[in-house]
Amino acid sequence: MKYLRLVVANLGRHKLRTVLTILSVALALFLFASLRSVVTTLAATAQFGGARRLVTLNATGLVFPLPLAYGNRIKALPGVTGLSWANWFGGRYGDGNTFFANFAVDPESYLAIYPEIVLPADQKQAFFQDRTGALIGERLISRYGWKLGQNVTLQGTIFPGDWTFTIRGVYTPTDPAIGDDVLIFHHEYFDERIGRAGIAGWYIVEIDDASHAAAIAKSIDDVFRNSSSPTKTGTEREFQASFATMWGNVSFLMSTIGLAVVFAILLVTANAMMMSARERTGEIAVLKTIGFSDRLLFGLVMVEAGALALTGAVLGLGAAKLLYPAINFNGAGFLPGFKVTTSTLVVGLLVALGLMLASGLVPALRAARLPVVQALRKVE
Amino acid sequence: MALVEIRDVHKSFQREEQRIEVFTGLTLDIDAGSFTALMGPSGSGKSTLLNLVAGLDRPTRGVVRVGGAEVSTMSASQLAAWRARNIGFVFQSFNLLPVLTAYQNVELPLLLTNLSGKDRVERVKIALDVVGLSDRADHYPRQLSGGQEQRTAIARAIVADPTLILLDEPTGQLDAKSSQEVLSLLQRLNNEFNKTIIIVTHDAHAAERAKSTLHLEKGDLIEKRAVAAAR
Repeated sequence: MKYLRLVVANLGRHKLRTVLTILSVALALFLFASLRSVVTTLAATAQFGGARRLVTLNATGLVFPLPLAYGNRIKALPGVTGLSWANWFGGRYGDGNTFFANFAVDPESYLAIYPEIVLPADQKQAFFQDRTGALIGERLISRYGWKLGQNVTLQGTIFPGDWTFTIRGVYTPTDPAIGDDVLIFHHEYFDERIGRAGIAGWYIVEIDDASHAAAIAKSIDDVFRNSSSPTKTGTEREFQASFATMWGNVSFLMSTIGLAVVFAILLVTANAMMMSARERTGEIAVLKTIGFSDRLLFGLVMVEAGALALTGAVLGLGAAKLLYPAINFNGAGFLPGFKVTTSTLVVGLLVALGLMLASGLVPALRAARLPVVQALRKVE
Repeated sequence: MALVEIRDVHKSFQREEQRIEVFTGLTLDIDAGSFTALMGPSGSGKSTLLNLVAGLDRPTRGVVRVGGAEVSTMSASQLAAWRARNIGFVFQSFNLLPVLTAYQNVELPLLLTNLSGKDRVERVKIALDVVGLSDRADHYPRQLSGGQEQRTAIARAIVADPTLILLDEPTGQLDAKSSQEVLSLLQRLNNEFNKTIIIVTHDAHAAERAKSTLHLEKGDLIEKRAVAAAR
């Protein structure tokens, strides 16, 4: 502790440079934590899915619907214990700058198949009974200040027109991957408004035993193999993972950018540390003359590097940890449950530690190995 | 009794292709409680001798002993610890740390000791009082005159109560008045506090304040003379 004043004094020598170095470390670790959180959120989303839930899509692709009539035939298959369906709606709210997921579902079967969606019983009943009612995630309440019973109008993009819903319930997801910023409404109302097209975007199939998943999926697809809309059935986890793999290269890109940013900042910090140590060659020689040992000087320079790296890390990681919940960030709905995890903070601190070692090592070794007589000759 | 014993010391430097012999068998003693001025032309080996005595440099051959400790054979870490306890060093260009106040500069050698914070405060106050700078403790070097800076450097050199104070051209950058103040201070340290002082100087007036002078030329001791005047 008695050397702390010396460390602080040295850091205060070029205040602007110190502040800029700390800010660059903070920015690097903020970006690192943000990009890594995108990757971990995507990975967590890909892990979501009940073991006993299958998803049946149009084999051509997600954007192509399936006939609503397929439902009864799927339900009749052996091993199928429950069924629901949903349709992506893609409506926009307000000026359209903020986005949240919204889709039409069959209310009772959907909530039965997704016990992760939790809401009070009276709100659930109110939602079931109102054909134009909507159920919303709790985050939408805090984001828009909506209230129960309030009418909310979405502008249809895929299905044009103004769509007005009455908020009948607010749910809390027990699994963050469900997303707490989703609006769901009655498929029946949706179907009526689009002229009884009788379509479903996808089916969610509940089965009796997870070990039967492959066989049941095959039997579903076999039923529709020669129809006009053949199906592709897989586990819900595969379904989620297919979304995540759409982000696959993005994840790789983000990891790479994260590392590149940290490396770039490492060079900046190392440069600042080396400049600082080089400017003090004479002073280091004087301290050696006074009796400061090589090891002590090595330690002092490393502590300086550590103070810069750790202060930057605390600022950057702290900002990432606090900022995203404060602004309810969810990547425009694409990153439900986005959060900076403890593991990201730990990895961030380790990165800061690595930054300290990498940026401090060369100047610290230089200080420790400085030949005092030659250095003094230059000063004198 | 000899505090510093130099025995058959050889010292050479390699400068590019050329080997420069500074000392070729220098032998001399400096007594405890003495105030010795080291004089001689540039390149005569004065500063090199000071560095050898301070353990900042090692002889190519021979023995340097200070207070019975053989400096020339100590490891780097032993030398650092030994210097912290036994040597006070004053430079021509003061070499105070600009980011520290006079007080903090003087305190530096005490950081290497096991003294408590309270004891360090006490010792720094005494050292600053001895050099007459108690009222400048909170000033940074840039706020001090050259003479005040050098007196602060002397306070730093004496604060840990070293056996030996070494000064390399301490008045080289000072005006006449400040030089006199510094030299009077050194005399006081020698007379009142019985500090052994070795001062490297080109200045004959400065040398006159010492009790004895050593003249070096091309690494050889050509004259050792007691100075009777100035006391």
